Amino acid sequence: MPMVMIRQGESGAMTLYIAKKDLEDVVTAIEFDQPDKWGGTITIGDGTSYYIDPLPCPPKLPISLRARRG
Amino acid sequence: MSTMTTEQTEALIQEVLEVYPEKAKKDRAKHLAANDPTVEQSNKCITSNKKSLPGVMTIRGCAYAGSKGVVWGPIKDMIHISHGPVGCGQYSRAGRRNYYVGTTGVNTFGTMNFTSDFQEKDIVFGGDKKLDKLIGEIDTLFPLNKGISVQSECPIGLIGDDIEAVSKKKSKEIEKPVIPVRCEGFRGVSQSLGHHIANDAIRDHVLPALDNDNSFQTTPYDVSIIGDYNIGGDAWASRTILEEMGLRVVSQWSGDGTLAEMELTPKVKLNLLHCYRSMNYISRHMEEKYGIPWVEYNFFGPTKVAESLRKIASYFDDSIKEGAERVIAKYEAEMAPVIAKYRPRLEGKRVMLYVGGLRPRHTIGAYEDLGMEVVGAGYEFGHNDDYDRTMKEMGNATLLYDDVTGYEFEEFVKSVKPDLIGSGIKEKYIFQKMGIPFRQMHSWDYSGPYHGYDGFAIFARDMDMTLNNPCWGKIIAPWKATESEEMKEAA
Ligand code: SF4
Repeated sequence: MPMVMIRQGESGAMTLYIAKKDLEDVVTAIEFDQPDKWGGTITIGDGTSYYIDPLPCPPKLPISLRARRG
Repeated sequence: MSTMTTEQTEALIQEVLEVYPEKAKKDRAKHLAANDPTVEQSNKCITSNKKSLPGVMTIRGCAYAGSKGVVWGPIKDMIHISHGPVGCGQYSRAGRRNYYVGTTGVNTFGTMNFTSDFQEKDIVFGGDKKLDKLIGEIDTLFPLNKGISVQSECPIGLIGDDIEAVSKKKSKEIEKPVIPVRCEGFRGVSQSLGHHIANDAIRDHVLPALDNDNSFQTTPYDVSIIGDYNIGGDAWASRTILEEMGLRVVSQWSGDGTLAEMELTPKVKLNLLHCYRSMNYISRHMEEKYGIPWVEYNFFGPTKVAESLRKIASYFDDSIKEGAERVIAKYEAEMAPVIAKYRPRLEGKRVMLYVGGLRPRHTIGAYEDLGMEVVGAGYEFGHNDDYDRTMKEMGNATLLYDDVTGYEFEEFVKSVKPDLIGSGIKEKYIFQKMGIPFRQMHSWDYSGPYHGYDGFAIFARDMDMTLNNPCWGKIIAPWKATESEEMKEAA
């Protein structure tokens, strides 16, 4: 269960930062991005994906969350 | 030699790799690449932040160096104990030239070395008692210190000392922060993890200090300089132009910085991040916890300074934007003669860089302002995000080398034949003996500052002084020089 931080990158795209691996990459896909459900499987630029328990609403970025390898 | 094509660069890499055994070759191949500026994601062509191969000469440092030497060390009014044997601290003492104002040994302690000087018995019986006593002694001898940090060297982690407990106890006793930092040298693959650990320690022990205290008078123009270590006065050269454009610099992290400044940082409006590698962690944390945005900037060379000032100003109102333009106009006028003087002397010269966390990409603009070209760059301890940022700045097919080994670097230099090399002290004398002009780009070769407009004038002078030094024509002993060379010299 690594900690990941999701933030708005400089170019406007969402980025995911994995503290443990010290790796930041753009989010290429996010399973749920609706007003009432946010999270699920998140895929990043290098192809790996992480699972974040869906939140009831889109959070204020940046935010640190626990993620599972998805 | 003119610029190389991708094929030529790749052929060179293959040729250099030839001497390695199969396994080593496979590993090293991943760390060397020909640049392709169109690639968005560097990890597709270069691997970084991996353990160095046993047996090669790497130029990296350890996590202790990243924490004590880089992040914590420059905080001038704290005492940083190098906890463990005497060598780690003593051999790195004051080598980084992070300038500060104050009276050393009275209210500032930057160039001093404090160590618990572990002996055999401390390893066998543990060093907690010694640390306890040491902290007491320090506070008696140097009562004006504002706090103490305990920087662990390798043995501390190995013997399992509980520095956290000692720190907590002593902190109560001396009524000052005593901050344990678990930056044992063996953690991580390079100094990079040390930066991270140091950032985490600041996050946990320094930043929350004023969370419930709003007595600090803020202004809408408060910023802090993050990741500028004031090498040769860099942060001062940066600070002047930021203040001239109307911003108020609340804190400097950590060159010429104080503990109080760091504690006030959560009150600022914007964090200005120079060294992304060593302090992005804390900037991310402050963004999340305190809602302070951060912006990367680059203060090397007038082009990049102007770009950065505009970028910084875009976070503020019109008065700052005007201020930025005013500052740019004023200094561009000052820079024009500098460029006019040095550019003709340096035009077209080719540079190879191999430095730490930000300079391989940040200084490219400054060299370009002087008409020079960076033909090879690499990081000691960069990560993918560093290469992402670098590849866009570099020309097509230029060499990229991550954690380059002594052998590879020499071979690359032999065939690329750059006019100037910028790297560290360990590389300096090898290349100078090979007859290639060299600048030590970690501590600016006893010069500096290089940041900001004032710094650029010095940068240009230094590059000229090094490159056009008459000594490079005298590398071959007169009795070994051939006829033609003698003729050339006489002419
Ligand atoms: S690796 Fe360990 S022993 Fe060596 S300098 Fe770093 S902390 Fe000291």
